[in-house]
Amino acid sequence: MSAVIDVRDLSKSFGAVRALDHLDLVVEPGEVHGFLGPNGAGKSTTIRVLLGLLRADEGSVRLFGADPWAEAVSLHRRLAYVPGDVNLWPKLTGGEAIDLFTSLRGGVDKRRKAELLERFDLDPTKRTRSYSKGNRQKVALVAALAGDAELLVLDEPTSGLDPLMELVFQQCIAEAVAAGTTVLLSSHILAEVEKLCDRVTIIRQGHAVQSGTLAELRHLTRTSVDVVCVGDATAVAGTPGVHDVRRDGDRVLFTTDDDALSAVMAQLVALEIRSLVTTPPTLEELFVHHYGTEPVAAGAAAAVDAAVGNAAVGNPR
Amino acid sequence: MTALAQAPSVVGTDRHGPLTGTGRLTRFALRRDRIRIPAWALGIAGLIGYFSVAIPAVYPDAAALQTRADIMRDPSGAMMTGPGYGLDDYTFGVMLANEMLGMIAVGTALMSIFLVVRHTRAEEETGRSELLRAGVVGRHAPLTAALLAVLVANVAVAAVLMAVLLGNDLPTADSLAFVSAVALVGLVFGAVAAVTAQLGEHARSASGTAGAVLGLAYVLRGVGDAQQSGGSTLSWLSPIGWAQQTRVFVDLRWTPLLLCVGLTAVLVVLAYRLSDRRDVGAGLVAARRGRADAPTSLLNPVGLGLRLERAGIIGWSVGLFVFAVLTGSMAEAIATSMEEQPELARVFGALGQDVLLVMMAAFLGFFAMAVAVYAVTSVNRLRREEGEGRTGALLATPLSRVTWVLSAVAVTAVGSTVLLLVSGFGLGVGAAGVLGRPEMTWDFTVAALAYLPVVLCFAGLAVVGNGVRGLGTWWVWLLLVASILVGLYGPLLNLPQSVLDVAPFGLVPAVPGAALDVAPLAWMALVAALLVAAGTTAFRRRDLTA
Repeated sequence: MSAVIDVRDLSKSFGAVRALDHLDLVVEPGEVHGFLGPNGAGKSTTIRVLLGLLRADEGSVRLFGADPWAEAVSLHRRLAYVPGDVNLWPKLTGGEAIDLFTSLRGGVDKRRKAELLERFDLDPTKRTRSYSKGNRQKVALVAALAGDAELLVLDEPTSGLDPLMELVFQQCIAEAVAAGTTVLLSSHILAEVEKLCDRVTIIRQGHAVQSGTLAELRHLTRTSVDVVCVGDATAVAGTPGVHDVRRDGDRVLFTTDDDALSAVMAQLVALEIRSLVTTPPTLEELFVHHYGTEPVAAGAAAAVDAAVGNAAVGNPR
Repeated sequence: MTALAQAPSVVGTDRHGPLTGTGRLTRFALRRDRIRIPAWALGIAGLIGYFSVAIPAVYPDAAALQTRADIMRDPSGAMMTGPGYGLDDYTFGVMLANEMLGMIAVGTALMSIFLVVRHTRAEEETGRSELLRAGVVGRHAPLTAALLAVLVANVAVAAVLMAVLLGNDLPTADSLAFVSAVALVGLVFGAVAAVTAQLGEHARSASGTAGAVLGLAYVLRGVGDAQQSGGSTLSWLSPIGWAQQTRVFVDLRWTPLLLCVGLTAVLVVLAYRLSDRRDVGAGLVAARRGRADAPTSLLNPVGLGLRLERAGIIGWSVGLFVFAVLTGSMAEAIATSMEEQPELARVFGALGQDVLLVMMAAFLGFFAMAVAVYAVTSVNRLRREEGEGRTGALLATPLSRVTWVLSAVAVTAVGSTVLLLVSGFGLGVGAAGVLGRPEMTWDFTVAALAYLPVVLCFAGLAVVGNGVRGLGTWWVWLLLVASILVGLYGPLLNLPQSVLDVAPFGLVPAVPGAALDVAPLAWMALVAALLVAAGTTAFRRRDLTA
C-alpha cells in the first residue's frame, strides 16, 4: 500500500523567510505519526501545504497519491483537520459550529456527536464567544472525530485541554486507529507522542532532522544510569562513551552511549552493584539532543537544578 | 489636555486606592487614540466647515436661505432637524443651530460611546483588562481612565469646532454655548456607554444598547419638535433636545446644559455602583444560551453567511427604512422650495421637469450609495474570516475556494437587494402618504432595483481586493467615497461634465423620474460579473494568509 502522506524535498518561503527547507515526511496507512518540533520549526506550514491552503514552492507533495493543491476538494472528503488555534464564529453555538463542519464534510451523525459531547464534557448550547481555548479545541475535535475520516490531521490538538480531557483525547485516537484511521499528530506534549505514536518525524528550521520509529530514534541517544556500588563507581568516568558523571550521596549518575553499555556494565559488576536503574531516553532528551545545547545531565529536572545552581553562583556574596 | 496633565498627580497620592494607576491608564488610552480622537474632531468640525462653504453657494442671499427655513417649519422638517427657533430670520448661525446642532451632537455621542466601550468592555472581553487589573491598578481605574479619555476627546471636538465657528464670524458667546452643548451631549452618552458596558459581557451589545438609547433620544426630540414649534415636553426628555433648547444664535440661554451635566453625573455614579457589584469580565445580565444543533438552513456557506450578516442586514434595513420614510414625507415641502429656488433645482438636475419625481429619484440614488457601503463591508467579511483563521478551517473541508467566494458574493447580493427594496419602499410610502399618490410606493420599490448593478460593481471591486493577495480594499473605499462625493455634490462643485459622466451613480438612469434605459444596467452587471470572476480566480491561485 502506498503512503497516505508522501512529502519529498518540500520547500516553502514567505518573502525572505524560508519556512520549509527540503522537508521529507512519509506517513504510512494506519499509523499514528508524531510530528515534533519547536515553535516556528514549520509544522503548521507543512500541514497547511498538505491541506492545499498554501502552495508548495518546490518538491513533491502527495496526499493519498494526489496533489493537495490541485485536488483539495476531493481529498478533503477523506480527511478531518483540527487546527492548533481554533477560531469560531462568535455568534454560533458550539453545537452549530460542529454541525456546520461535519455537514460540509458529508453529514451529521447525531448519535456520534452526542456521545463525543458527553465524553469531552462540552456544552453545545453556549455561544462560541464564551468558550475558553480548550472548549474551542473540543469543538474542532468533536467535529473531526464525529465523521469517519480516513486521515486525521491534528495540529497541537491538546494544547488547551486539561489532563483529564487529554486522556479522553488519547482514548478517542486509539479507537480511531483501531478502526483503521491514519493520524498525523503535531505536538509539543512528548508524553502524548510517546503514548500514541508509532513513528516520529522531528523537524527543525523547516527540515526533517530525524524520522523513524521510537525504537530507532532511541538508538541514537544515550541511556541514563543511576547506580550504587560498593566500590567507587565514578571510576567509569574514563571509559569512552560515558558522559556527565556525577556523585549524589551514595549514588553515581551518568549517561552512556548505547554501544558502550556492555563495557560499562562489566566495569560496574566488578565494583559490586547494590542497585542499578537505567532509563531509556525520553523524547525530552531527543528534543534537547537535536535542538538544545548538549544535555548537562539526564532529564529535565537535572537541567533545572543546574540552572538554579548557576543562578546561585551568579549572586553577589 | 488639562485632564491629562492633572490626572497623575491627583491620583498619584493614593497608592492603594481604587483609582491607583488611573493616570497611567489615561495616558495609555490617549496614546492608543492619538489618531482616532483628532480624526473625529476634524471630521465633525469639517462637516460644519463644509457647510460654511456649500450653503452660501446654494443659497446666495438671505431670501434664498429663508426658503430653507420654510422646509424646517414643516413638522417632518422639524422632526429631522430641530425645534425651529429663529425661523423668521434664518441666518447661517440659526441654520447651524436648528439643523446641524442635533446631527453634530449625535456624531460626538457616537464617538463617546465607541471610545468608552473600546476602553472598558472591549478590553474585558478580550481578557486584556484582566492582565492590567492583576497589576498595581485600582478597581475603578480602567473606567475612570476611559471617562477621562472621553472628556479629552470631547474637549478636542469642542475646541476645533469653536475655531471653525469663530472663523465664520459668529458671536463668541453663542459659539461657546454651541460647542459646549455638543461636548456635553457627547459626555452624557459617554456616561450612558459606561453604564451599558457594565450590563452585558460583550462590547457589541454594550455599544449597541448605548446606540439604541441615542436613537431613542433623537426620536424623542424629533417627535417633540414636530408636535409644536419650539418643542414639546417630549423634546425636554432628550439630551439632544436640551442642547437644541439653548436657542444658540437666536436667544441664548445656558440653563438646559445643566441638565446634561446633572445626567452625566448621575450616570457616572450609577456606572461605578454597577461595576462594584460584578466580577472582572462578567456582566450583570448573563449571556443567553442557544441551540445545541444547527438548523439545516445554516449548513451551507450561503446559509452561514446569511446567519452571520442577519443582524447587520436587519440593522441597516431599519435605519434606511426610517430615513427613507422621513425623506419621502418631506417630498412636498422640498419640491415647493425647489420650485422657488432654481439654484437648488440645478443641483438635482431638475430644471423644467416633474420636479418632485426627479428629486425623489435623486434621493433614491443617495440611498443606493449607502447600500454600496454595505456591500463593500459585506464582501470584506471574506477578509475577516481569513484573518481569524476560519476560512482555513472551512477550506480544509470539501468546500472549494470558488464556492466560498461566490457564496459570500451571493450573501452580499441578497443583502443589497433587500436594502435597496427597503429604501425604495420607504421613500415611496413616505411620499405616497403625504402626496396621496399610492402608486408611488410600488414605483419606487421597483425603481430601487435599477441600482443593484452599480452596487454589485463595488462589491466586485471588493472581491478583487480580497482575492489578490496583499491588495486590500482601501482603494475600493477611496473610489466609493469619491463616487459618492461626486454623486452628491458634483453639480454643486461645478465639476467638468466629463467627470460627471463617468461617476458610477450618475450612470444609472434616474428612474422613476427618467425613462428606464436598460443598456447601462446590462453593462454594469457585466462589469460586476467580470470583477467577481477576476477576484475569485486570483483567490484560487494564492496562499491563504492565516
